[in-house]
Amino acid sequence: MTNPAQLHEGARRPRLATVWLDGCSGCHMSLLDLDARIVELAAQCDVVYGPLVDAKTVPEGIDLALIEGAVSSDHDWHLAVALRANSKLLVAFGDCAVTGNVPSMRNVLPLSAIYQRAFRETAAQGTEWPSEGLPRLLDRVLPVHQVINVDLFLPGCPPPADAIYRVLADVLAGKQPEPLTLTRFGA
Amino acid sequence: MPTVTIEPVTRIEGHARITLHLTDSGDVDQAKFHITQFRGFEKFCEGRPFPEMPSLTARTCGICPVSHLVASSKACDDLMAVQIPPAAVRLRRVLNLAQILQSHALSFFHLSSPDLLLGWDSDPLARNVFGLMREHPQLARDGIRLRQIGQAIIERLSGKRVHPAWIVPGGVQSPMTEAVRSEIRVWLPEALEIAERTYRLYRGMVKRFQDEVETFGDMPTMFMGMVDAKGNLEHYDGLLRIKDAEGNTIEEGVRADEYGDVIAEAVEPHSFVKSPYYRPMGYPHGLYRVGPLARLNVIERCGTPIADEALADFRALSPGRPVSSSFHYHYARLVEILYVIERLDQMTASADILDTKVRARARGNKNRGVGISEAPRGTLIHDYSIDDEGRIVAVNLIIATGHNNLAMNRSVLQVAKHYVRGPEIAEGMLNRVEAVIRCYDPCLSCASHEFGRMPLDVRMIDAQGRELSRAVRG
Repeated sequence: MTNPAQLHEGARRPRLATVWLDGCSGCHMSLLDLDARIVELAAQCDVVYGPLVDAKTVPEGIDLALIEGAVSSDHDWHLAVALRANSKLLVAFGDCAVTGNVPSMRNVLPLSAIYQRAFRETAAQGTEWPSEGLPRLLDRVLPVHQVINVDLFLPGCPPPADAIYRVLADVLAGKQPEPLTLTRFGA
Repeated sequence: MPTVTIEPVTRIEGHARITLHLTDSGDVDQAKFHITQFRGFEKFCEGRPFPEMPSLTARTCGICPVSHLVASSKACDDLMAVQIPPAAVRLRRVLNLAQILQSHALSFFHLSSPDLLLGWDSDPLARNVFGLMREHPQLARDGIRLRQIGQAIIERLSGKRVHPAWIVPGGVQSPMTEAVRSEIRVWLPEALEIAERTYRLYRGMVKRFQDEVETFGDMPTMFMGMVDAKGNLEHYDGLLRIKDAEGNTIEEGVRADEYGDVIAEAVEPHSFVKSPYYRPMGYPHGLYRVGPLARLNVIERCGTPIADEALADFRALSPGRPVSSSFHYHYARLVEILYVIERLDQMTASADILDTKVRARARGNKNRGVGISEAPRGTLIHDYSIDDEGRIVAVNLIIATGHNNLAMNRSVLQVAKHYVRGPEIAEGMLNRVEAVIRCYDPCLSCASHEFGRMPLDVRMIDAQGRELSRAVRG
């Protein structure tokens, strides 16, 4: 993995990206649960991509990327690949990213059975399965590391705010974070 | 026909894209709001033991997991055919109110206030909560603190800020201690101070947004929300009321298990989220809205003094008729924040909140159970059927944001027709199209971005190198 000390090459402020793939956004809520500490972190780095900011494309030169959620569709897949290509240090952020967790519960069923339930049996109108302008779902939901290389795993449903803070603060300070001493699967 | 795509829609809870179809002269002809995630809870929950459902379905959403815990546990109470202890009802209410507080704070301060304070046309690189910290540090601190107080109440009471397992079928896991009650009561005056300050600021500001008020989903629709026995604001346990666009009550006293009489769902090919409609009027005429705007439009009063004063201001926006612009979801959200803090104060002031009988225990005693709660974004319905062993055989979920699906599509079209002109399309025009979605504070719990239409060939390979499946898009 990238040595976090390398993030400090040059004088540029570190660039942070956060994304959610197939998850519930709870890990991002835990990130916001840093409360006032988020102001402290924001003073040290720039958030250049993610649901909290307005960038529409993945920028180059990301120093640290947090990926919440599992890979469930072609678009999740593309986004994961684009983030990997542009990020020095990439973190699987939370249990869905790390293991597939709840989104992967659909893996035991064919997509057609799930669609049948959602769009036929519980609907009074409409006969088409939605597809117009929508991503194509993968047959199986995957944890992030089955699609791209992951540098760090930060488990938890969601990871506690204190663990997120420690990891971010360590990376910004050029230290090697040790997330597994701070949180666990299902925490 | 030229097409403009906005993707991802940012500063919303979840991911979506919007497509605008323009005529050759550059005017907007059609607009579509695509919700691009699909998970299949309604299918993969089948076969699970019903007591798992609250914790499992809470994973639908990390922003309003408490709403799912409430609706799901109420459906399970119904399956067990129990009346839960009064203290359990009170404690569930407290947790639910705290969640509405943190969720509304997130929507207003973190997600929407950058548009309102920095401007729709301001630099997109700084138009976010971090830009707010630099330009309006007091407001940013207020938002962070108000959200923190909501989350801290949830944490103290339930042990965890996001996805607590504390609300369970039959009640809650543990009573409130005196120490927790005291701590919560220390935070409330500060919360009220922030909420009142923000309300005054917004009330002064809203006059500046007349153009947006008239175009951000200003349309006649029905409104649906839960009310208590007096017809006042209620988020935990009441009956549903529907009013028409003129403010006449057209449905009153609808029980949870009767929701199917008034609501049906339609599938649209451009979204994974279905479009519910008012069944008696058919699709798509049966357009209605839910959430803070709808709740304030259907109730008699809030039932707490400060919020009721603010409700009078709110009603003065549209005397004698429901407030019809979706821009005023922001206003309604700030009124509800006042109400929630006042109610938390009332509920924790009474010693009966400490009562230790908080859980009823039973097995499944009925084969169908339905639970409804008013989530921050609107009415949330969980409908379960079980077999005699207590295994789930059927699930139907109608999520708060889903109810607003039709209205969001209409609103996107209205904003786009007013602001977007081709062929040169300024970023600020498109940000307004996104901003109308932010008014609804949708919780799409949704995930995927699409960037470009790049060809794709995805193959699933097992450990032996055999191809398990393949998805190709050219």
